[in-house]
Amino acid sequence: MASVIKPSKSDRAFNVFVVASLVLLFIILFIPIWSTITLSFRPNDFIGSALDGMTLPPWRWSVAAFRALLGNNSFVKATINSFRIFFEGIAAALLLTTPLAYALSIKTLPGRKFLYLFVIIPYLFDVGLVPNYLLVTGLGLTNKLAAVYLPGAISVYNTLIMKSFFEGIPEELKESARIDGASEFTVLMRIILPLSKPIMLTIGLYYGVRFWNDFFNAMLYLNDSALQPLPILLRNILLSSGMNEYVEVSAFGEAPIEAIKAASVLLAAIPMLVAYPFIQKYFVKGTMLGSLKG
Amino acid sequence: MADTVPAGMVAPTKSGTNQLWRNVKRHKSIYILSSISIIYFAIFKYVPIWNSQIAFRDFQALQGVVGSPWVGLRNFSDFVHSYYFWELIRNTVMYSVGKMIISIPSAIFLAICLYECRINFLRKTVQTLAYLPHFLSWVIMYGIIMALLSPSSGLLNDIIKLFGGQPVSFMTDTNSFPWIVLLSDAWKESGWSAIIFLAALMGIDPSLFEAAMVEGASAWQRVRYITLPSIRPVIVMVFLLRMGTILDAGFNQIFMLYSLPVYSVADIIDTWIYRQGILEFRFGLATAVGLFKGAFGFILLFVSNKLVRKTSGTGLY
Repeated sequence: MASVIKPSKSDRAFNVFVVASLVLLFIILFIPIWSTITLSFRPNDFIGSALDGMTLPPWRWSVAAFRALLGNNSFVKATINSFRIFFEGIAAALLLTTPLAYALSIKTLPGRKFLYLFVIIPYLFDVGLVPNYLLVTGLGLTNKLAAVYLPGAISVYNTLIMKSFFEGIPEELKESARIDGASEFTVLMRIILPLSKPIMLTIGLYYGVRFWNDFFNAMLYLNDSALQPLPILLRNILLSSGMNEYVEVSAFGEAPIEAIKAASVLLAAIPMLVAYPFIQKYFVKGTMLGSLKG
Repeated sequence: MADTVPAGMVAPTKSGTNQLWRNVKRHKSIYILSSISIIYFAIFKYVPIWNSQIAFRDFQALQGVVGSPWVGLRNFSDFVHSYYFWELIRNTVMYSVGKMIISIPSAIFLAICLYECRINFLRKTVQTLAYLPHFLSWVIMYGIIMALLSPSSGLLNDIIKLFGGQPVSFMTDTNSFPWIVLLSDAWKESGWSAIIFLAALMGIDPSLFEAAMVEGASAWQRVRYITLPSIRPVIVMVFLLRMGTILDAGFNQIFMLYSLPVYSVADIIDTWIYRQGILEFRFGLATAVGLFKGAFGFILLFVSNKLVRKTSGTGLY
């Protein structure tokens, strides 16, 4: 607010309090990230505490940990697996979610109430891990990348967000096309979908983040180490102490094991950081839509 | 609606079924398009519901879901009478309520600070940094936490050593572990939870603030008497919705962070289900616990949603 009235003493105190709080929050948010970043660049000959490490001048930083990881076969393979899960997953999820959301959004669709009930019941009643595990293994998805994304390829929550977006498209647009003789299919392809790019991107990223970050499905269903995605490799690296078979640290030996761990954390996070500006732009809108509208 | 126009021309006796039939035919392509999604849904959401009958059976992998012998409620009573029952319930509720108590107020605080901040650069920076951790997985979070807390090279232990103390293995200590869970969740999710409060703050009518200023209210009074009461419905709604998922204490987080020494304070219903079901092959028992949780969750979600509808007029579904 542009205040015309001269700020009083207590108002100035308030402003100082707000700024101080935000600076404090910044520090709390920043320190863990900064300590991970500096740890990943720690040279092999480093002696000193983590505090020294955090203030180490950049010209003494070493990229040995990153070199070791990027030159490592299993790391590269895991990255490829992760990207495959990411893109295949988004494609499958959008192809499955969009028609369902659209069908639910058509108020004149006969059987819409029944369809809605059909979709909402499993959402409200979660039967838990084992029945799902029996299904996925029973379908023969063990050791297939699809086992990571297929069980979550339709999220009811995302479907409802998309549905409320479709409902927000003015009825007149569809109506005028119908009067011109367009079929429901043409209405969807020519009018609805071109208008839905932002929601597709948002929902696609929603799914993508989840698939990229998933380690539990991968752990349950991918036993073949050639198929493991980044989170699984990362987990193995983090849980290992010292020498291990996952990164063949002994073969490199140029970087401390802590640096390799921190570097693998950062590398696994990078795709999310790259996507983040888009995510932030569209997600915030999507989240508000999803949370404030029923 | 277009269909109402020609409806009048059809003979009145047949119009009901006729119109329905025509309506179905008109939407033929929609049914065809969504049929794949519906089949997918039937398989991936309803077959598990069918499978959950093994909660009432002594599941044998070779005999399958339908072939295994019925045991009635034995799996349920095994769980309720097990040594771990109360411990699991306690831990689960402790974590979900604890997270609610810590992260909702800190999200509100963050939202108000962001809303009141006049320095654009600071606001944007904190906002960006606060949303970010929401997109990191708990595997990555585990790596970050270890960089802070590891006994050998963690930042916090280095500070302790600097002051002459002995390094503490925080992650395997039953006293510190719950705090790590609660605080790391607050660090990761508070920013993201602030979005909904920020949205509510943006919706406050500015004339209220102007009126307050004319009346000579201080900034503190503004927050106390205008800002907070204005977003109270949203606060109530968020609390109620969180109540509905009180049995979800955050499986991925606990699963990544816990280890054998802290099971007594870390084990929640979901991690127990995982170990019993997947690692020990006690499918029937694990499914029974899952159903137990699902049924409770259903009731809680239903009630909380009813309450949300009552207080704010719109619900989750």
